[in-house]
Amino acid sequence: MAVIKVKRPQLSFGEKIYFGALIKGFMLTMKHAINSMRGKSRGAKELASSGLGVTMQYPEQKWDDQLPEHYRGAPALVTDEQGRERCVSCQLCEFICPPKAIKIIPSEIPEGDRWEKVEKRPLEFDIDMIRCIYCGMCEEVCPEQAIFLRKDYAITGLSRADMVHNKKKLYEIGGVRTGLVNKWNELK
Amino acid sequence: MDFLILLAKIIGLTFLVVLPLVPICVYFERRFSAVIQDRVGPNRVGIPLTLFGAKKDFSFLGLVQPMADGIKLFLKEDFTPSYVRKAFYWLAPALTVAPSLITLAVIPFGSSINIGGHEINLAIADLDVGPLFIFSIASLSVYGITLAGWSSNSKFPFIGGVRSTAQMISYEICLGLSVIPVLLYFGDLNLGKIVQHQADHGWLLLPIWKNGHVGSIDLQTALFWIPAFISFLIFTISIFAETNRMPFDLPECETELVGGYHTEYSSMKFAMFFMGEYAAMVVGSALIITLFFGGWSLGFGADEAIKNFTVGDFRVGGLIHLGIFLAKLIAFILFFILVRWTVPRFRYDQLMKLGWVIFFEAALVNVFLGALVIAAPSLSPAVIGIGAVLLIVLTGAIIWVAKVSEEPVKRNSGLLGQN
Repeated sequence: MAVIKVKRPQLSFGEKIYFGALIKGFMLTMKHAINSMRGKSRGAKELASSGLGVTMQYPEQKWDDQLPEHYRGAPALVTDEQGRERCVSCQLCEFICPPKAIKIIPSEIPEGDRWEKVEKRPLEFDIDMIRCIYCGMCEEVCPEQAIFLRKDYAITGLSRADMVHNKKKLYEIGGVRTGLVNKWNELK
Repeated sequence: MDFLILLAKIIGLTFLVVLPLVPICVYFERRFSAVIQDRVGPNRVGIPLTLFGAKKDFSFLGLVQPMADGIKLFLKEDFTPSYVRKAFYWLAPALTVAPSLITLAVIPFGSSINIGGHEINLAIADLDVGPLFIFSIASLSVYGITLAGWSSNSKFPFIGGVRSTAQMISYEICLGLSVIPVLLYFGDLNLGKIVQHQADHGWLLLPIWKNGHVGSIDLQTALFWIPAFISFLIFTISIFAETNRMPFDLPECETELVGGYHTEYSSMKFAMFFMGEYAAMVVGSALIITLFFGGWSLGFGADEAIKNFTVGDFRVGGLIHLGIFLAKLIAFILFFILVRWTVPRFRYDQLMKLGWVIFFEAALVNVFLGALVIAAPSLSPAVIGIGAVLLIVLTGAIIWVAKVSEEPVKRNSGLLGQN
């Protein structure tokens, strides 16, 4: 390995005196202070700042419309155009989930139901939001495109039980998702 | 009666004026640093009026934050490690706070007030040895830090304590030497009289009025501005080193020493170190203001009128002066904070060199310069000329010695050859 010799820089007299650099530093910090109090910090506009620095102050301002496309919020179940639960309770998400946040109790679809040929749907589908790490693996692994990470991020509750999203809640967050796989449609 | 007045002064000035300044300093430090770094800082903690049925909380820019911090520190677990030397471990925090608070005794917070015929001077003790008292007591606080470092029985606090001892002892010399020209100029060691003199004749660094007339300035005062300014620079920077503030906060520099001398401390004992540090900062600023920026005086010949301001039977002008003093104090504390968030930390050898090679000599030369300016009117031109030449020769000699002693040592000459 080659040895690289680093020369110490030769400082001029002005640099050794140090006061010039000090005053330059004061100007810089004061410029930042004044700009940030006037709400004119660099990047304040792009980051939709609250008018103090570049910070968006949370409960008053929300970043909902600033969220990027790929944002991973709460996982949720979706239905298709016909109002069918997409989930067929294959339990792949339950197996893949790294913190084991998902719990599924599968059930059969009774005969005579409109979606009889699908055969299975979840009876219970619980996601423990205290455990969920928002990794998105459930979304990736789902063969039916039934579970998606939505943009909801403010998930709160007063007890542990509140933090478990049951099937009803998951469909409520998820809503309808159209234009995806249609293999269970009557057309086929 | 006198005793009661003294007690009231002690309680009022120490515990109602200066101690609340400490958490306010912390608040300012956090807000100001936040603003410098384009952040917001603590602006939420307030009085939760919504709990009592009101519509909105009262936050008042987060000024209640320091109280919350204080309560947190009180309620935290006070953990004493098993391997410490208990007696000194418990003594150290108190030894850090007490000297800072004792030094407040001689600071003149305002001119006098008159209540019911009692003339009350707004300094706790109007000693005739003001600055000396402050230096002697303030240097005791080094014991607190050293004992904390040693009794913690752990390597990082120990290094912090040793560094602190060396640093404070070195900078006390510059501190003491740098104020000598100032004290020569005033011819007095009573801080109250020094401030009164500045109120009448212009602040040391702003001598542009005399006996209430702005603009009349004689040659001697104008010339003395130079040594006064050098004194001010050395004194201010030495105060930074003495209070372990940012460019010189090597005793607790967290990148090298975890937390420095208070690594092993928690809860209220840690809070006392914190308090001592900020109290020292307040006292240091107060001393700088008193010596160089006219203490409680508003200046421009307005002080006599303020002093005699009367409400009913009470002459309360002193309280206005107290307000002016506090305003200057807070301005100076903001300057301390600005320095902390601007200047990067020095290396330890740079710190020592700055103290011993540069400031010590500069302060020494400055003493002679100040003396020459003060004595000039009573000397013949020939003597002044000889003095000036001698001074220049002395300065040149010192600069030469400093340069020669700077002869580069071979750095890293072991494996890599010369660097």
